[in-house]
Amino acid sequence: MKKNNLNILLILFFLFGAFTAKAASDKKQNSAKNNCYSCHKQDDNLPDDFNKADVHFKLGITCADCHGGNINSDDEDVAMDEDNGFVGAPSKKETPAFCGKCHSNIIYMKQYNPSIETDQVKEYYTSVHGHQLKKGNEDVATCTDCHTAHSIIKPNDPRSTVYALNVPKTCDKCHGNTELMSKYNLSSTPYADFSKSVHGIALLKNKDTGAPGCNTCHGNHGATPPGASSITQICGTCHVNNMNYFKASKMGKKFDEFEDYHGCVECHSNHLIKHPTDDFVGVSKKSVCMDCHEKGEKGYKVAKEIHTQITTLDSILTFAKNKIKVVQAKNMDDVDINFLLKDAHQSLIKSRTLIHTFSSEKVGKETEKGMKIAKKAILMEDEAIHASYVRRNGFLIAILFITIIIIALYLRIKEMDKTKKAKKAKSSSE
Amino acid sequence: MKKLYSTIENWLDERYNLTPIKEFIEHKKVPQHRGSLWYYMGGITLFLFTIQVVTGILLLLYYKPGENSSYESVRYIMTQVKFGWLIRSIHSWSANLLVFFLFLHMFSVFFSGSYKKPRELTWVTGFLLLALILGFGFSGYLLPWDELSFFATKVGTEIVGVVPIIGESLKEVLRGGTDVTGATLSRFFGIHVAILPAIFAVLLVIHLLFVQKQGMHEPESFKALPEEEKKYIQFFPEFFLKDALFWLIVFNILLFLAVYFPWGLGLKADMLSAAPAGIKPEWYFMFMFQSLKYLPAHILFLEGELVGVLFFGFAGLAWMLFPFLGIKERKNTRIQPTTWLGILIVAFIIIMTVIGYLV
Repeated sequence: MKKNNLNILLILFFLFGAFTAKAASDKKQNSAKNNCYSCHKQDDNLPDDFNKADVHFKLGITCADCHGGNINSDDEDVAMDEDNGFVGAPSKKETPAFCGKCHSNIIYMKQYNPSIETDQVKEYYTSVHGHQLKKGNEDVATCTDCHTAHSIIKPNDPRSTVYALNVPKTCDKCHGNTELMSKYNLSSTPYADFSKSVHGIALLKNKDTGAPGCNTCHGNHGATPPGASSITQICGTCHVNNMNYFKASKMGKKFDEFEDYHGCVECHSNHLIKHPTDDFVGVSKKSVCMDCHEKGEKGYKVAKEIHTQITTLDSILTFAKNKIKVVQAKNMDDVDINFLLKDAHQSLIKSRTLIHTFSSEKVGKETEKGMKIAKKAILMEDEAIHASYVRRNGFLIAILFITIIIIALYLRIKEMDKTKKAKKAKSSSE
Repeated sequence: MKKLYSTIENWLDERYNLTPIKEFIEHKKVPQHRGSLWYYMGGITLFLFTIQVVTGILLLLYYKPGENSSYESVRYIMTQVKFGWLIRSIHSWSANLLVFFLFLHMFSVFFSGSYKKPRELTWVTGFLLLALILGFGFSGYLLPWDELSFFATKVGTEIVGVVPIIGESLKEVLRGGTDVTGATLSRFFGIHVAILPAIFAVLLVIHLLFVQKQGMHEPESFKALPEEEKKYIQFFPEFFLKDALFWLIVFNILLFLAVYFPWGLGLKADMLSAAPAGIKPEWYFMFMFQSLKYLPAHILFLEGELVGVLFFGFAGLAWMLFPFLGIKERKNTRIQPTTWLGILIVAFIIIMTVIGYLV
């Protein structure tokens, strides 16, 4: 009861707080000093994308702070007079500078967030979008295309168009437009491909905000497709070991020599990065090695060896993992076996990463280590299963022994009953 | 061997006068009739309880109560201690068999009318022993601190909170807090190894004294026989040997179950995880658990669950006081109303238990 009353009080408190904040915000925007908002609201012609959750609106930044004009006047001609500084809506080309008025002003921005970046505009003009905009191409994205104009919400808010989970959809607004992309010979399927990829599934389906989105590889305001030479570096931001092995390998050095080879993308693709299987490496139709290597080449031989090493370790480990279920079903000790299986699994993961050395010697060393551990685990499993049978058989003997005693006792009781009956019969006849 | 036995007997007799005990044993008789088999159920229950005490003491040598040690110590017993797996398995199986034979004993006493005058208090002490055994079962179930035991205790103690006025306080006392935690584990451990055994020992002695003082109940059909047609066997050695025979059979079954169907240990309890799907209590609580599930949310102005708990509470009380209710037998009736009641109760328990496992 007391707990319920406290809960109700807390709810009421928060509702009151939210209502008060809203009223204060509205009051500021509705005040006699902000006629832009009140007139446009009255005439029901606020911008289509207007949202009260907009960060500028909530901070009390008025229409005039961006668009100029006189917010104190309710006379349209006065309020929107150019002589009073009214600039209206900026053109596409003007948009970065328009937003940059404040967002590039570190002194101004500090009052709202001391750690906010103020080089977005500068960065923007290093991007493909920025370069094209400078040339006069208005097909590109500017600030409002990604952030919106009047419903700008902080990036860490799930409602924001630039929240981690929403970024791919935001980019897809243009990059998924077939008509627009075909003008520039660009694919319009990055989003579709990405959503099927291992990264896309992690981000969009599993809602893992730690998974990479478009901006992770391409950048935010300085969005650029990674150069051929930097792809490995970008993937290596997360896949560090793979990057280091690749760069140190013969293959990695050859890739550096040829501009046409795009690092990780050659085998793993860019947007449609699928979860690699062991068949990725090898000599089968599914393997990517066969895209470049032919039978008889050294690469063919190495690919075959690596595939055999990895799949052999995987098979033995799978066998051991299935066998431990038998051990567990018999309620035998599986703690040490589990530790060994974890170590063997770790070896398998390491082996798969070592594929990027393209050295069957290095991969083989790790798989050998893994197989030794897996075989030790299997031995322990066999011992445990054997011990369970020894227990059963041992105690079966004890059970049989007790059964013999039971039979003997039963016969003794029967004999006693017979003797008693005989005595009784004898005494009654006497 | 016989000489040694007589030497010891004489030595003890000289100091403690064994004559009354010897005469009692020599003259104690047990009626022999169609229903004599049921006389052994109480002894089997006692035997299984003795096994519980012995295996419990052995487990106590290695068990460490605590959130971070209970599970690990049970695992240690099962995997590292020599024959620890066997002792633990016997302890768990014996608990279940104990409750089974206890129910068998109780209902055989009921159907044979052995609870009637002059054995009312034997019935009452017997019912209290049943309640204590269920308490043993409930408290002991938590001690391994695995997923199943944690959530079963959580559900079971939650039901206590439904009792009006004192329910919430009672639940907190039982849990040692608002939720099932290490405090609950310590509490249940103390209840299981100290409090309940102490109370049980006293009640058991009283119960056995009553049985020994009043002797075995004779059915009406046996009492009606002429004296020369009444059959009796000596308590010692005949009844004793037959008792031993049944004990050995039960022990063999117990050993078989413990070795061929060893009691497992699930995953360690995680207080932050959700209850596993389809969590069920032990079979001897199942009929009550299943019945509560069928009750509607509200019955008149009361919560359905509360009605269920109150019903079982009053039903238990009525069962304990059954000998004093004065339900008279009807003449010329083949099956008495009390027998029908007993059949109904047994059927209800069996059906609800089966449904609980099938659903």
